[in-house]
Amino acid sequence: MSELGEIWVYLAREPLAALTATLLAWIGALRLQRLCRRHPLANPVLFAVLILAAGLLLSGIDYRSYFEGAQFVHFLLGPATVALAVPLHRQWEAVRRSALLAALSVITGGLFAAAVGVGIALALGAAPEVVASLAPRSVTTPVAMGIAERIGGLPSLTAALVIASGITGAALGPLVLNLARVEDMRARGLAMGTASHGIGTARALSVSAAAGAFSGLAMGLNALASALLLPLLWHALAG
Amino acid sequence: MIGPLTTLLSCQLAGEVLARALHLPVPGPVIGMALLFTGLLLRGREAPPALHATADALLGNLGLLFVPAGVGVMLYLPVLARDWPPLTLGVLAGTLAAIAFTGRLAQRLLRGR
Repeated sequence: MSELGEIWVYLAREPLAALTATLLAWIGALRLQRLCRRHPLANPVLFAVLILAAGLLLSGIDYRSYFEGAQFVHFLLGPATVALAVPLHRQWEAVRRSALLAALSVITGGLFAAAVGVGIALALGAAPEVVASLAPRSVTTPVAMGIAERIGGLPSLTAALVIASGITGAALGPLVLNLARVEDMRARGLAMGTASHGIGTARALSVSAAAGAFSGLAMGLNALASALLLPLLWHALAG
Repeated sequence: MIGPLTTLLSCQLAGEVLARALHLPVPGPVIGMALLFTGLLLRGREAPPALHATADALLGNLGLLFVPAGVGVMLYLPVLARDWPPLTLGVLAGTLAAIAFTGRLAQRLLRGR
């Protein structure tokens, strides 16, 4: 019995178990996605998160000790974001012809995303810090947390809302774009990257190289535009 | 693989340093993406095949990298239970409306280009 206890102590201390569990959940999520015949609603990020969250709740392991191991996967988000420059460069001929108009779409779309979220929350009588946490939710996590801090939101709640918006857009975005009859791959990529940052970009990349490049571009541009414009507009309108 | 990985990390590091030194509102990795992109443009040729391969390997599993942070949403289940109407509607309707709006706008603006 004490031997089992020792093994448990080892597993809880080292990152090995959390890392392995994350990769196993991801492989399981990809299997599930294939079982669903790659239906757009069958999003692997959502599946893997549900599998791991259920596992943590059932085993009573708290999120903090899980993340201590899983942070090695999390860390790769940095270099992966830098790597988005490569598909963008590959598609540069197509991007260059429409760069200004693409930027205009992204900036307008990003402000629209913030305005709709804020409008819904205000209409439903949410607390001011909840309203402010919803405003930057379509922007990539670190920027969104910074914006939330400057407009009186809760950065950690914002981080959760960012992820939820990313998964929502990745799972339902392609269906919405079909309904709205948006067929242009560039426009589809721009929409996914503007509203659903990196998680939307992951989805766009898996569909088309052009959509992926435009989505990565939209994610970066929306981060820049929202970081500059949202706090200014917020204080102008609220104060 | 080590060469391209070093390139990516160097760009990220330079981006983080620039963001802090100049108090830029954009995170280091996004600046690193701009730096790498500028570097590739200045180089004038195709990006080296090894960089393509490493970038494709990382981006091919981009979704996986969001999983650890995604599991963190479970910490907010109590807040979600209390404030669920504005939060779920704000996220769901807000995100889907933004996707439809941005997609339509971009398609109209980019038509014929």
